[in-house]
Amino acid sequence: MIRIISRNFSTKVKSKQWNTVVGLEVHAQIQSNTKLFSGSQISFSAPLNSRVSLFDAAIPGTLPVLNERCVEAGIKTASALNCTINSLSMFDRKHYFYADLPSGYQITQQRAALANNGSIAFPVFTPGVNKKPYTKEVKLQQLQLEQDSGKSLHDETRSLVDLNRAGIPLMELVFDHTLEDGDEASSLVKELILILKSLGTCSGKMEEGALRVDANVSINRPGEPLGTRTEIKNIGSIRSITQAVNYEINRQIEVKSEGGEITNETRSWDATLKKTIAMRDKEIQQDYRFMPEPNLPMLLVDTNSDEKVRGNFKLKRIISDLPKLPAEIRKELVENFALTEEIAIIIVNEALLLAYFRKILSTNPKLSPKSVSNILINDFLKIANERNENLDSSRISSEHILDILTYIEEGKINLQIGQIVLRKLFDSSEKSCFEIIDESSLWQIDDDEEIEKMCKEAIEKDPKAVAQYKKGKKKVLFAIAGNVFNTSNQKANMRKVVKKLEELLE
Amino acid sequence: MKRHVNLTIKQVTSCYADGSLNPRLVTDYALEDSSQLKSLNIFTKLTPETALHQAKESAFRYETKDPKGPLDGIPIAIKDNFCTKDVVTTCASKMLENFVPTYNATVCQRLFNAGAVLLGKTNLDQFGMGSGTVDSIFGPTKNIWSENLKEEGKFRIVGGSSGGSAVAVATGITYAAIGSDTGGSTRNPASYCGVVGFKPTYGLVSRHGLIPLVNSMDVPGILTRKVDDLALILNTIAGPDDLDSTTFKREFKPINLPETADIDIRNVRIGIPKEYHCEGLSDEVLEAWVEIADLLQSEVASVEQVAMQHTSASIFVYSILNQCEVSSNMARYDGIEYGHRADENSSTEELYAKTRSEGFNRVVKTRILTGNYFLLRKNYHDYFEKALKVRRLIKNDFDQVFSEKVDVLLTPTTMTDAPLYSDFVSQSNRDQCAVQDFCTQPANMAGVPAITIPIKLSKKGLPIGLQLMSKNLSEETLLKVAKWIEGKVGFDCLENNQIYNARKD
Repeated sequence: MIRIISRNFSTKVKSKQWNTVVGLEVHAQIQSNTKLFSGSQISFSAPLNSRVSLFDAAIPGTLPVLNERCVEAGIKTASALNCTINSLSMFDRKHYFYADLPSGYQITQQRAALANNGSIAFPVFTPGVNKKPYTKEVKLQQLQLEQDSGKSLHDETRSLVDLNRAGIPLMELVFDHTLEDGDEASSLVKELILILKSLGTCSGKMEEGALRVDANVSINRPGEPLGTRTEIKNIGSIRSITQAVNYEINRQIEVKSEGGEITNETRSWDATLKKTIAMRDKEIQQDYRFMPEPNLPMLLVDTNSDEKVRGNFKLKRIISDLPKLPAEIRKELVENFALTEEIAIIIVNEALLLAYFRKILSTNPKLSPKSVSNILINDFLKIANERNENLDSSRISSEHILDILTYIEEGKINLQIGQIVLRKLFDSSEKSCFEIIDESSLWQIDDDEEIEKMCKEAIEKDPKAVAQYKKGKKKVLFAIAGNVFNTSNQKANMRKVVKKLEELLE
Repeated sequence: MKRHVNLTIKQVTSCYADGSLNPRLVTDYALEDSSQLKSLNIFTKLTPETALHQAKESAFRYETKDPKGPLDGIPIAIKDNFCTKDVVTTCASKMLENFVPTYNATVCQRLFNAGAVLLGKTNLDQFGMGSGTVDSIFGPTKNIWSENLKEEGKFRIVGGSSGGSAVAVATGITYAAIGSDTGGSTRNPASYCGVVGFKPTYGLVSRHGLIPLVNSMDVPGILTRKVDDLALILNTIAGPDDLDSTTFKREFKPINLPETADIDIRNVRIGIPKEYHCEGLSDEVLEAWVEIADLLQSEVASVEQVAMQHTSASIFVYSILNQCEVSSNMARYDGIEYGHRADENSSTEELYAKTRSEGFNRVVKTRILTGNYFLLRKNYHDYFEKALKVRRLIKNDFDQVFSEKVDVLLTPTTMTDAPLYSDFVSQSNRDQCAVQDFCTQPANMAGVPAITIPIKLSKKGLPIGLQLMSKNLSEETLLKVAKWIEGKVGFDCLENNQIYNARKD
């Protein structure tokens, strides 16, 4: 039986009396060297206000110049999400006053977006909540390009503005409201991040704000119209999505069950208090006074590449080199390596696991895919999680894991020792497996004399068990063997031990 | 008046080349003239240091026989809504009173690259919102053709909003000036001041660095005394610019106008749109219009009356679109990154409110409020969207006459000669613009090129201009017809005694 190691943050909502309706809006920063409409460099940790062009600061007379790479990233993403790419889209100005919005408007695509009518299918699999993964499909209503705003920094007496983020390209993705709970919501985002990362169009790093999620939540009784929505803004991690959405559903159920009303409001998720909290809502009744952006020509995409040349963007060329998407990779893992779907999901969720899995098996195709996935998930991933280590920055190489597997395969160490070696490697990854095993004398004990000696000692120590065995309770043999194993510090070759014990007790 | 002032730009630069004139001397004289004519209030800022430095460099190039071309060493003036690096760019507003750009507008950069000498920045209506050059924090600019320059309020307005640029040329201080034209802001003052004023096809000249009024209509404009000079400037500033995505991508082919005597316009068909014969058109302007139509009749292929039925709707639609874009474009002036900032610390919102209340004049504020009203979700469809539809009809009118009947349209530029300041300011800005922009803004709505050329003086001794319009990117035809008329009418704006009378001695 495989042990699934994955942290479970779910506080599952189950209610037959209520339909729960959840929709997501995702802002994904496009991975790009420069901003959407200016030549400023983008870098996450640059000194404040050091990545600001004249345009980003809304200096009078400057004009937006569309970054074509960003459009291509949008097209790739839309295409991977099965969208209809619009041959004509436009930019609009969305007006509101805020200190970190220097021009007083955001350039976005309100009336005619880059792409519409897409979909995303994703596995929902939360070990401990649902036993079997199931696939959910949600429609993507719209994918649009827009600029990010700057950042306001407040202290007691003043507000400061950092414009490094102002003008960074974003894709806004608006999904249908057909999710039912926090697990589905976080599963959608997980899959989306995998897709964006494999396309290279967004880093997906929620901790850096490169991907931000807003969730709309409402509940209604079956057969009744949809309930009033609340919006949870700017949820900052996968874990928070699950928690915030489920919290909000439960909160609404509680309010309504007690005869209360839900207010249409914006809430924020407090990850420490584990609560959603109503925000002082500046945006209620806000009229953004949308207007077409007059300084940018229409964005034309050649969706029908055989036609005579029209737009600047050739759809066929842009999507000619799309990589394999996660769903396809999972399918291949199941089909080619006989892995279960659960295992395939876990491996594909972590780029490093997938890379190691492939590398190990291509170096040594004789290894069983199952034993490779076992060590990767049950040991490597588990230990990393226990230690709160990010896999992407792991110093354990695929060679380390390959060595362990090979030693096990060759009978030089056993499974348990393999895990010990791996743990030791987490602390001293500069060493080879051989060095670790050798210096801690972890090699398997195969010496017949030594095994015989240990077996004899075990028999002497437990006359009761021996008596039971002799009365025909053959299973007791494994208890004695277990003692031998422990005395040997888990190093004894158990096949030999069992054989020897049988021999000695005949 | 110095003898060289009468020369064309080409003549001046050939004098530079043969050593009979030099850029330093010409620049010195221009600076001297501008200080003697200071009472006209032409400049928001004179830039003598820049000018003398550029003139010196130009002189060196001539000495080393390496001039940059026909504009090298020519003093010019630039409207104070074009960004000039390290030179304050105010838009004649309190909001930008101390705004010093760190970059040059593309138009400025191209002129400087060609060796032009920046004499100063010229006066305008605040942010270009006006047609009189009366709403400036620096005060109104006075028309050099005024019968009475001494008595308070008795002077003639220069038109606007590029009024400073028009007078800089009309007085002979500079050979050329850059204006901007959103609804007639270059052509209107050119007409009142007796100079040539040109609005190129939208997208032919970069707007990068032009502080916007209405992005979808703004174009840099050119003011000169002669059509030939204008072509030289256009050849320098036109063409694609990566920094303005609305410029045409095709390279600009420089225009070479034939000598006046060699101009052949026998194939040109002229249209007289009857809708421009409207209420308020003065007899004298009508007379000039008929006179030139008759003059052309004898030369061109045809002169015929045409109908452009949506003309009368244009000014209203222009007003709506103008205010909508203004409300949006002005949103950036909040006192945070640059510009005027009120002394207000209670909250960010209060800071905005006070800053904007102090930084903008009444005209700007009114347009912002009205524009925001039109853009409200509930009004968008009835105003902005409808205005866009009518704009399309107006453009269709142009497309239709140009595709079927005519090559060039001949119309008045303004209804009358220049009004008295006191009469003009008794009207609201809205009413002023509704009259002043009537004949000029349709070209901006359609994007087509248009030029005004001085024809004659009215009985009061004030210039009257006429406007020619042609289809997109047909600048060459337009300028040819203009130059032909120029040759026939023989108007010279330097034959104006006020140029001498106005000088302080």
